[in-house]
Amino acid sequence: MEDLVDGLLSGKVRSLAKAITVIENDRPGKRELLKRVYPKTGNAYLLGITGPPGAGKSTLTDKVIANLRKQGKTVGVIAVDPSSPFSGGAILGDRIRMQQHALDEGVFIRSMATRSHLGGLAKNTVDVIHLLDAAGKDVIIVETVGVGQDEVDIVRIAQTTVVVMVPGLGDSVQIAKAGVMEIADVFAINKADRDGADKLFSEIRAMLDMVKGEIKPEVFRTVAVDDVGIEELVQGIFAHGARVEESGFIEDKRARKAESELRAYLVDNIMERSLGLHIYDDVVKRVAAKEITPMDGVEELFCKLGMEKGEN
Amino acid sequence: MDKKIKVLIAKPGLDGHDRGAKVVSRALRDAGMEVIYTGIRQTPEQIVATAVQEDVDSIGMSCLSGAHNKLFPKVVNLLKEKGAGDVLVFGGGIIPDEDIPGLKESGITEIFLPGASTEDTIEFIRNNVKQGV
Amino acid sequence: MSCTDKKARLAERQEQWQGMVDKALSRFPERKENFSTTSGIEMKRLFGPADVDAVDYNEDVGFPGEFPFTRGVQPTMYRARFWTMRQYAGFGSAKQTNERYRYLLGQGQTGLSVAFDLPTQIGYDSDMELADGEVGKVGVAIDSLADMEILFDQIALDKVSTSMTINAPAAVLLAMYIAVAEKQGVSSDKLRGTIQNDVLKEYFARGTYIFPPQPSMKIITDIFSYCKDNLPNWNTISISGYHIREAGSSAVQEVAFTLADGLAYVDAAVKTGLDVDDFAKRLSFFFNVHNNFLEEVAKFRAARRLWARLMKERFGAKKASSMMMRFHTQTAGCSLTAQQPDNNVVRVTMQALAAVLGGTNSLHTNSRDEALCLPTEDSVRIALRTQQIIAHESGVADTIDPLAGSYMVESMTSEIEEKALEYINKIDDLGGVVKAIEAGFMQQEIGDSAYAYQKSVETADQVIVGVNKFTIEEAPPENLLRIKQEMEIEQRKSLAAVKAGRDANAVDDSLKALREVAESGDNLLPAIVSAVKTYATLGEVCGILREVFGEYIES
Repeated sequence: MEDLVDGLLSGKVRSLAKAITVIENDRPGKRELLKRVYPKTGNAYLLGITGPPGAGKSTLTDKVIANLRKQGKTVGVIAVDPSSPFSGGAILGDRIRMQQHALDEGVFIRSMATRSHLGGLAKNTVDVIHLLDAAGKDVIIVETVGVGQDEVDIVRIAQTTVVVMVPGLGDSVQIAKAGVMEIADVFAINKADRDGADKLFSEIRAMLDMVKGEIKPEVFRTVAVDDVGIEELVQGIFAHGARVEESGFIEDKRARKAESELRAYLVDNIMERSLGLHIYDDVVKRVAAKEITPMDGVEELFCKLGMEKGEN
Repeated sequence: MDKKIKVLIAKPGLDGHDRGAKVVSRALRDAGMEVIYTGIRQTPEQIVATAVQEDVDSIGMSCLSGAHNKLFPKVVNLLKEKGAGDVLVFGGGIIPDEDIPGLKESGITEIFLPGASTEDTIEFIRNNVKQGV
Repeated sequence: MSCTDKKARLAERQEQWQGMVDKALSRFPERKENFSTTSGIEMKRLFGPADVDAVDYNEDVGFPGEFPFTRGVQPTMYRARFWTMRQYAGFGSAKQTNERYRYLLGQGQTGLSVAFDLPTQIGYDSDMELADGEVGKVGVAIDSLADMEILFDQIALDKVSTSMTINAPAAVLLAMYIAVAEKQGVSSDKLRGTIQNDVLKEYFARGTYIFPPQPSMKIITDIFSYCKDNLPNWNTISISGYHIREAGSSAVQEVAFTLADGLAYVDAAVKTGLDVDDFAKRLSFFFNVHNNFLEEVAKFRAARRLWARLMKERFGAKKASSMMMRFHTQTAGCSLTAQQPDNNVVRVTMQALAAVLGGTNSLHTNSRDEALCLPTEDSVRIALRTQQIIAHESGVADTIDPLAGSYMVESMTSEIEEKALEYINKIDDLGGVVKAIEAGFMQQEIGDSAYAYQKSVETADQVIVGVNKFTIEEAPPENLLRIKQEMEIEQRKSLAAVKAGRDANAVDDSLKALREVAESGDNLLPAIVSAVKTYATLGEVCGILREVFGEYIES
């Protein structure tokens, strides 16, 4: 484990990759690893990129990486894809579009499957972010489909979150459904050369007008395939970061980030401990037999964990 | 928690026939593995860099163009150079029998020929990957 | 007997028969619960008059050489001339391949079909890093006009028709062909042949693309327009379902995606201002022929009918020649087994027969050893003989479209047409082929079919003789054709010699001119022809175009 940490901190790719596996698979030594790495974190700019399937997130990410590299920044990427609910396996294909960076030592790309455990994805991803941060990456990009609470949680801890939209995917419904208005710091309308881009643009603008106060997200148009609009988008991302920094909202954001992180751990820990209880299966059976309500079941499990429901 | 087997399925060289690679990817996914697919036209260097970053347990390469004798061993050698010689490497495609001994000697553990079942591939990976940090 | 009486009598007898069936079933259940094709079309126990109720002979079937060409594109079909027997060949150096061509022509082959190696197909020279290990492997290596001159040495280009399987760099290879002909004293209007030039399917089925879709479409329409004026007898594109099927699609998907590609090309050409009746007759198609005999025969008939209707309805084509689908067929490479390879001769025979009964205009029969390596001369000869036996001995070529009127074949023809049209409409809804490719629609559909097929083979629901049933212990096959590693070194040496011997200034000037044309948006062909004549290499020409147009990344 010492070797791994030293290697990681000195920028060894293989050590970093192995350390990520320790986190992903919850292997022994994980806690110690994080303990040693945690003090070295806090330097990277964390960027979330999210949006519906087919929006072109991976292509956009690829071009953003290229742009950041031109500026001399090193980049870490975590590309999250869903696991199959049937087999638990996954095909992780996001990096197909980023393979031009495979040989660039300033870029480290890691694919992660959502796997099945509740809360686990968020927690693991946060930890992997810490590792990339400690390994000295200037910018860390997390790319997710952005559905499900877990992924929203990841996005919540980002300094800047880009929500990618495309014309013609059932636009305004798309916006509302994704519940993305609250997490978006910057909008990218990708494939902006298509019909309906203007309509989508004004729809987003209209919705933003209804949002009160704080800092209003900027909306950019991109055609990632042709590398159009990327420069402006990247500038917009950092401009957002700077504005947050100046505005004083940064404290809110930090607190929110810390809380999200804590919350992810909390959910995961409670889940893990509860699932480990020997009465768990029995409780499930009784709920299934309608002998007790799910709420009562939870009370029983918490009771066993010594978490009595207090009077606040 | 899960100890997922991670496999990189790669298409080295210029061959664009990815039917086999994609079918195997799906079969491995359905067998509960996590598969990273690189897409076509990958150089051995790209494949190895990807395998190292993703810390995969195994690499499966598919080549139907006849360039296997050059490309497969190159991947194994680069893995060793990068200190990842423990990654299990297998291959598939249109590969003459007479080439198989040489490929195995160079460090490709198994070669799957046309007609091989995905079950065989799954069994092979399960039995041969080294798990643990 | 009146018509209604007949119908009543039929229903009565049908019921009687059903009773017999039920009795038989109670004693002997059938082999499977459901019989269906790979396209998911039900193979009924029995097809009868009711299954062709909706088929109108005049509207839907008609006569050979007449709209909608269901029964064939010529009025006399094979009674006048057999299909063109055209074996796809090419390996190693231009010299080796030239020898194989002259052998094939000597054996009675009637057209040439050039297979290029992968570096050539992707626009790289043999001395480029990415070509490492690939030179001469799946086809012949062509780096410059010098190689092309050797490839067609002692073959009179005004006497032979040549098909070239080349897509992204099609314009460059065509330019070299024009230049070789010129050296032979053959003017370009005398040239007959085909370039595949079908880049769309490369993005979702075959993988040898270079440029993004938009500039690719531009190059293709440049070729249409150049050939209209300069190579009137040249088939400017071969819209290919072959590789779509090889990638794992069903028969219906093969028809649908091929025709959808075809519509996109026509649309692009019309948008550049070409009149559909000026170029449509030079469009040709290329299909696969797989194992399910009756489905395949019906597939060809359905494809012809659907294309004719689409050309008429969507583009207002007026000339019959604009609506008739002429196509080449190749037997299914993916159906060949490495196990008991001689069995492949039988598979190829049945597939070839289906293609002939489906009215193909030219045919390639695969060699038995192609699941193992490139075909040997012996294997290629058997493959060619297979076609010759069908043509001269079987008698099936003596009457036109003999399976027409079969309840089963007509019903299946209609069903394939209908299902293919559903797919085409779906692609329209997605915004056309290019958008559908970006959305991964065809890739997903083909991938699903390929995976389902693989599973059916592994569960032995689909029997493959010699693979999952009737297997034997076999000794490794012998006498396979191998491309020696030295070939790559030799090819690099001769490329170096060409580069050393040419007029470097002329090359530079021609490439500079090409860049200007590419940037201006003018027709690229004249500049490419000029460049290859200076012995600028394929890699150099494509390099310029790569710089101007960019490169496509798989999605």
